[in-house]
Amino acid sequence: MSDAATQPRSWRRPPLIGNAWLRWAIIAGALVYLVAALSTIEVNWERVSQGLTQGWRFIEGFLAPDFTSRSRDIWRGMEESLTMTVTSTIVGCLISIPIGLGAARNIAPLPVYAVCRAIIAVSRSLQEIIIAILFVAMFGFGPFAGFLTLSFATIGFMAKLLAEDIEDIDETQAEAIRATGASWWQVVNYGIQPQVVPRLIGLSFYRLDINFRESAVIGIVGAGGIGATLNTAMQRYEYSTAGALLIMIIAIVLVAEYLSSLLRKWVQ
Amino acid sequence: MLRVESLTKTYATGDKALNGVSFDVPPGEVVGLIGPSGSGKSTLIRGINRLVEPSSGRVLLNDSDITRLGRSELQRARRRMGMIFQEYALVERLTVMENVLSGRLGYVSFWRSLFRRFPQRDVDKAFALLARVGLTEQTDKRASALSGGQRQRVGIARALEQDPELLLVDEPTASLDPKTARQIMRLICEVCREQALPAIISLHDVLLAKMFVDRIIGLRAGEIVFDGPPAKLDTSILTEIYGEEDWTEIHDDGHEEAHAPELSHEERMAGLT
Amino acid sequence: MPVTTINGHVLWQRRTAAEQWAAWAGWLALAVLFVFCWQVMNKNTMWVFVEDAPRQAADLFARAWPPRWSYLDRLWGPLWDTINIATLGTMLGIVLATPVAFLAARNTTPSAAFIRPAALLVIVASRSINSLIWALLLVAIIGPGLLAGIIAIALRSIGFIGKLLYEAIEEIDETQVEAVSATGASNWQVMDYAVVPQILPAFAGISVFRWDINIRESTILGLVGAGGIGVQLQSSLARLAWAEVTVIFIVILVTVFVSEWVSAKVRAAII
Repeated sequence: MSDAATQPRSWRRPPLIGNAWLRWAIIAGALVYLVAALSTIEVNWERVSQGLTQGWRFIEGFLAPDFTSRSRDIWRGMEESLTMTVTSTIVGCLISIPIGLGAARNIAPLPVYAVCRAIIAVSRSLQEIIIAILFVAMFGFGPFAGFLTLSFATIGFMAKLLAEDIEDIDETQAEAIRATGASWWQVVNYGIQPQVVPRLIGLSFYRLDINFRESAVIGIVGAGGIGATLNTAMQRYEYSTAGALLIMIIAIVLVAEYLSSLLRKWVQ
Repeated sequence: MLRVESLTKTYATGDKALNGVSFDVPPGEVVGLIGPSGSGKSTLIRGINRLVEPSSGRVLLNDSDITRLGRSELQRARRRMGMIFQEYALVERLTVMENVLSGRLGYVSFWRSLFRRFPQRDVDKAFALLARVGLTEQTDKRASALSGGQRQRVGIARALEQDPELLLVDEPTASLDPKTARQIMRLICEVCREQALPAIISLHDVLLAKMFVDRIIGLRAGEIVFDGPPAKLDTSILTEIYGEEDWTEIHDDGHEEAHAPELSHEERMAGLT
Repeated sequence: MPVTTINGHVLWQRRTAAEQWAAWAGWLALAVLFVFCWQVMNKNTMWVFVEDAPRQAADLFARAWPPRWSYLDRLWGPLWDTINIATLGTMLGIVLATPVAFLAARNTTPSAAFIRPAALLVIVASRSINSLIWALLLVAIIGPGLLAGIIAIALRSIGFIGKLLYEAIEEIDETQVEAVSATGASNWQVMDYAVVPQILPAFAGISVFRWDINIRESTILGLVGAGGIGVQLQSSLARLAWAEVTVIFIVILVTVFVSEWVSAKVRAAII
């Protein structure tokens, strides 16, 4: 210790990864990957420079949005998107409740748990777009396929969060209800429901918001809604209509977020 | 040395935290600041280095008025005042050494500090201080891995690394157990005496204050109600500061404590290794 | 208290009559809203197609199975592109999102009145528009290819990373900041020594999490021409080659599972 105090000693910040070999291997690997990945990008600069003028036209369209000349299409797309959002959120949330109950390890028997978890895994790992492609192929074009897609995605999302909430509850409350001789349903009703319902309501508003945003996308593969209108507008190079649509999407998401934060405060 | 002239702080809510506080601190004097919670101890200490912006009054450190400085001048003035905090206020995710070296931030350029390339002089000083507070072994540990007493030692080393002309100490022992609290207070007062460094230490524990400091300032509702040597702090003055309470027990305790320093030499050594 | 006395018996109810009515009215309103939306939505639905769906599904399945495994050979290149879109897009997104987050956080923004709302607007705009729509716009502007995909992913990531990061910045321990500024450190030094160490774990966790999501999203960007495995998907769909589509779906699923596993492992190691 006296050495330390008297002799000059250099100091360096200890590296994040102690092993020098591993450290350098990771750095080198990252560099190699970066070079390899960047080299795969082929940029057609001529096309990009052409595109910049187009990009400028798009920004102009965004700044001077045109709500009127395609108002019929816009109105129809919005109507489909909004109704699809509401119906799919309600149906999805209702279906997710039994599945969420079944996927909570602390109240469901193992076979039920396995089945419900499998449903959740399938629903969550498939992109909305991919589901929409399949549903459009089966049920034809239009918002009905979109409704099914969003309901399916809502089930995975809500059931997973509901199951996690139930697994995280204060077990002593449920135990106290069970100790009174209550049946399974009574335990769920008195011991679990009061603990998870406020958050469940908050989550369903959050999902409503997500479903609206997704409804703007699945139209691109033919499942109805504002996405179809947007896709058409882009293909016709009607950038001012596209700009109007984007502004409406952003505005509705803002309003929905604000309302759902108000409602969540009110519920909790 | 340090002169505080009619310092006043009124918060936006209209609460007067400090009301015309004036005092001088000569070189090498350790001043204890006592008073009930909300009496303005913390605001006074933070008003000196302007972590809290005073509403009016002056703070003179070696004749320069700190309350009038611009931003960069204030940064330069702050490096001359080391501060030790109640909850240690170490950067938890940095190593002990980085925390100590952060005391030099006001002296080195941004790029040097970014790449942790501090001048050898600063590194030597940091090692010496770590040895002084007994933490040589912990140099490269994260601050979050240390115990409360060890963290406060790092806090002391960080303040001293600044080569301060004044130490501002805000409740250094509030989150420590009684034994560690005494060790920390003893360490602070020892280094102050070694370096003839003046210090202002706010304390909620009257006993600790009486044990260690040269002079006590008592605050109540933002005003000074007592300023004098610890020996003069009697029951009637404590009543004036804190309100009616049975102070005799504290006094008895204090009596025992008077013998304590002789007894605790071993304890002191134990605390430093 | 909804306790009433009738004929000497004390009656207890969970809600007062008014509350009970309000609850029923709420449920009724929800049901009416649902029925109304359902009617409006299905104005143009051809129920013949819906009734036909089981047959269509069976037909689809018959054509999709068995998967044409030989097609796998032509998927490695697009898969590599997909991973690059996600990774490079995430990196670009991080670079763009970090300053936005610092401008949006209440405790680090230079101006709470002007810059903070602007930064928040950037975050909301980026969050409300799906990466597929960004890709649609970018393909129109700079042409099809990886670059459009990377930028689309980056633009969508700004909102996600920016939001979570600025919330993390607002949650830091201010006393550590105070302590470092008390040493006389400059603003940038305070940032480096007091703010950055506190948010670094959150930052790493958020980035890896977003990378995982981006892998998922980049698999479909090709549908609008923004590169990756989605381009293959689009052409197989156009040719109604469902046996190839099956192979692509399986590849996407495996990739998503692997990336989710990697992301979970890395996040567990960081926190």
